[in-house]
Amino acid sequence: MRVLMLGWELPPHYVGGMGIVCDQLTRQMAKDGVDIEFILPFYADYSHIKHMKVTAALDQNAETLMRSGGTYDSTYYEIRMSSGQVINRTLHEQVEAFAANVGRLVQYGTYDVIHAHDWLTMRAGIAAKKATGLPLFVHIHATEFDRAGGHFGNPLVREIEYVGLHMADHIFAVSGRTKQTLIDEYGIPPEKITVAENVMNISPELIAEEHDSYPYLEAMRRIGYKVVVNAGRMTIQKGIMQLLEAARLVVDKRPKTLFLLAGGGEQIPELQMKAAALGLSGNVMFTGRIEGIGKQWRDSFRVADLFVMPSVSEPLGLVPYEAIAYGAPAMISKQSGIAEVLTNVLKVDYWDTHEMANQMLAVLGNQDLHDTLLANARAEHERLSWAPIAKRMYDRYHCTLNRYGRRLLESHV
Amino acid sequence: MSQRAIVLYLHVHQPFRIRHYTIFDAGQNHDYFDAGPGTRENNAEIVRKVAEKSYLPTNEHLQRMLDTHPDFRLSMSMSGVALEQFEKYAPDVLASFQKLVATGRVEIVAETYHHSLAFFYNRQEFEAQVTMHKDIVQRLFGVTPTSFRGTELTYNNDLAYWADKAGYKAILSEGWDPVLGWRSPNFVYRPAHTDNIRLLMKNYKLSDDIAFRFGNKAWPEYPLTVEKFISWVNNSWQEPLINLFMDYETFGEHQWADTGIFQFLEALPGAWLRAQGHTFMTVSQAADSFEAADFIDCPQTTTWADTERDLTAWLGNQMQQGAILSLYGLADPILQSGDLGLIEDWRKLQTSDHFYYMCTKWFSDGDVHAYFSPYESPYVANMNFMNAYHDLRARLAEKGADV
Repeated sequence: MRVLMLGWELPPHYVGGMGIVCDQLTRQMAKDGVDIEFILPFYADYSHIKHMKVTAALDQNAETLMRSGGTYDSTYYEIRMSSGQVINRTLHEQVEAFAANVGRLVQYGTYDVIHAHDWLTMRAGIAAKKATGLPLFVHIHATEFDRAGGHFGNPLVREIEYVGLHMADHIFAVSGRTKQTLIDEYGIPPEKITVAENVMNISPELIAEEHDSYPYLEAMRRIGYKVVVNAGRMTIQKGIMQLLEAARLVVDKRPKTLFLLAGGGEQIPELQMKAAALGLSGNVMFTGRIEGIGKQWRDSFRVADLFVMPSVSEPLGLVPYEAIAYGAPAMISKQSGIAEVLTNVLKVDYWDTHEMANQMLAVLGNQDLHDTLLANARAEHERLSWAPIAKRMYDRYHCTLNRYGRRLLESHV
Repeated sequence: MSQRAIVLYLHVHQPFRIRHYTIFDAGQNHDYFDAGPGTRENNAEIVRKVAEKSYLPTNEHLQRMLDTHPDFRLSMSMSGVALEQFEKYAPDVLASFQKLVATGRVEIVAETYHHSLAFFYNRQEFEAQVTMHKDIVQRLFGVTPTSFRGTELTYNNDLAYWADKAGYKAILSEGWDPVLGWRSPNFVYRPAHTDNIRLLMKNYKLSDDIAFRFGNKAWPEYPLTVEKFISWVNNSWQEPLINLFMDYETFGEHQWADTGIFQFLEALPGAWLRAQGHTFMTVSQAADSFEAADFIDCPQTTTWADTERDLTAWLGNQMQQGAILSLYGLADPILQSGDLGLIEDWRKLQTSDHFYYMCTKWFSDGDVHAYFSPYESPYVANMNFMNAYHDLRARLAEKGADV
């Protein structure tokens, strides 16, 4: 089977979890005998990637792409092409340009299916479908509804999602929760959606690393402090305001508690003000932007007595996998898709700051609970694998291809 | 033809479940067991629910069986905490049990009042709870137990030795193969290192056919008729005893009425007694009637739980061990406080169910045991428990105890 996969990021060039997922999913697919061409909107040295063909659809590097700004940004940024030519593109124009070039590129390859990740690649997916007549699978890691913290969000993005989801022959959603969002917010019929929960494998070498990024926190732990960590983008979607409210209750009962908020994001100034207003300036620390899955990122979990992800709305949320693997038991909001996957974690409503504080205090005050929770979560995480998730996708590919009356190009799978 | 007897033994128990009790309650509210109406931990509501589904209909059937068949007898154990809740929330249930016992053909088996694992942590406390249980049984039923069972059928040589010295005629255990070896559970045995006491071991195969498999449509033997069941019992080489031990709640709660479990129960005596020499015996009667076939050495602790038949359902993980050690660690200051309310709360926290709810053995596998837990997860169960423990400490500290 040959899969044309459309992505926006791929390690080491990425900003979020989607790049990691693309890398791990394609590795599993390649292991299963699937041929993949992975098209990106930038060029980079991917000579180390042997399991699939990586193609750049646009003449720009990853850093340039990142500089095109975000969803709500209409600024024109300067883009220097490899030829030396200088042009300007907004993020939306990047999406358009990517779609146009993918529509041309696909005419040179042969594929069975098109697999597109999230809204950024949906226009390209539609262009590829038009050019080839092949079935389009849209893989939803997050919707605009989620990113906007349960609000409407950017109407331009909503429209692209709406069209892409309806043009797709089938949709993969990362959780039952995301499936429900697609049904409720985008009017997609449930039978068109398959839940395929992302997992995250972490290498034993990374797990075995020594901690060295936060000597201050280690020193404080030696004198009886406990550390609660949240890691991710500091945005409204992540529920950090609620975490701070809960932190106030925790510090009232247990003054020797520190909160490390690792990651960048536009909400940081507001969160700093909030922490100060709650009298928590001495207990709450921000790292600012750190490299996703970099050493400081990984060490934030190693220094943690508890990891908390209190997201208001999280389609899945990969970070708890990392927290658990690197040694922190996890508390997640019930509004996170990963609550459907993991059982050996604490689950609270993001708005129930009282219960959040109660459970944080329980773990911080009881080493037996901490250890049991962590040991069971690690065992559970180790049992998770991409193989059954990829299998679920192949089944949908086949099902849809049968409907098209197509035969596979190479039927390894 | 020699005599053959079915020993039917039913266990009645309801814990005082801990409510959603937070660290913000600790040091302030001491109402650990008073969950609000409509919550999953509301003890009164649970007892009423089980009464309607199980206790009342089952007792009605048992009463009829006793009235119809003069040779029908059974044994029951009822934890003190269950009896206490019947008095409080379901006096009709208590009255129906009293009526059964008044026939003289229902034996009540001794145990700890609080359905605890105190035997393994504090021998003095254990004995106090056995005495409390004896007292409530005497008060409510006017009888004195002559046989003994450990909580969750916990059993080992030490417990048998203790029960022998305490003067019991019989003690119960799981008929667990590694202990029995080639032997059959269908005989009376003598525990190692004892003089007078006799050991009755559960025939778990036949017991579980009723308690676990009865309503399972995927079971090849489904549906289980009384005739089929009696034919299996008769296959046991004419051995003298069939020890059918199970939770009382099997009838109507674990196996719902629509499985036909009540009809099965009521048809059992007639079908069994039809053959000559067949009878029913209570636990103590069986110990009196048969010679010990052999002695049983059981240094390790067995229970009737799970495939392991050990204590791991209660004490298998670190947070369970930490919780129970913390609780028994308060024994001296609590008992010395002389505060009866405080002592009783401490004892109610000893009920084994609290530790069972913290079990993580099967948690990841969409565990069927979760059906028996009112909590969202074993971790939440642990939190409620430990917060109550912290409150006990706060209460002790208020009295000037050094904790």
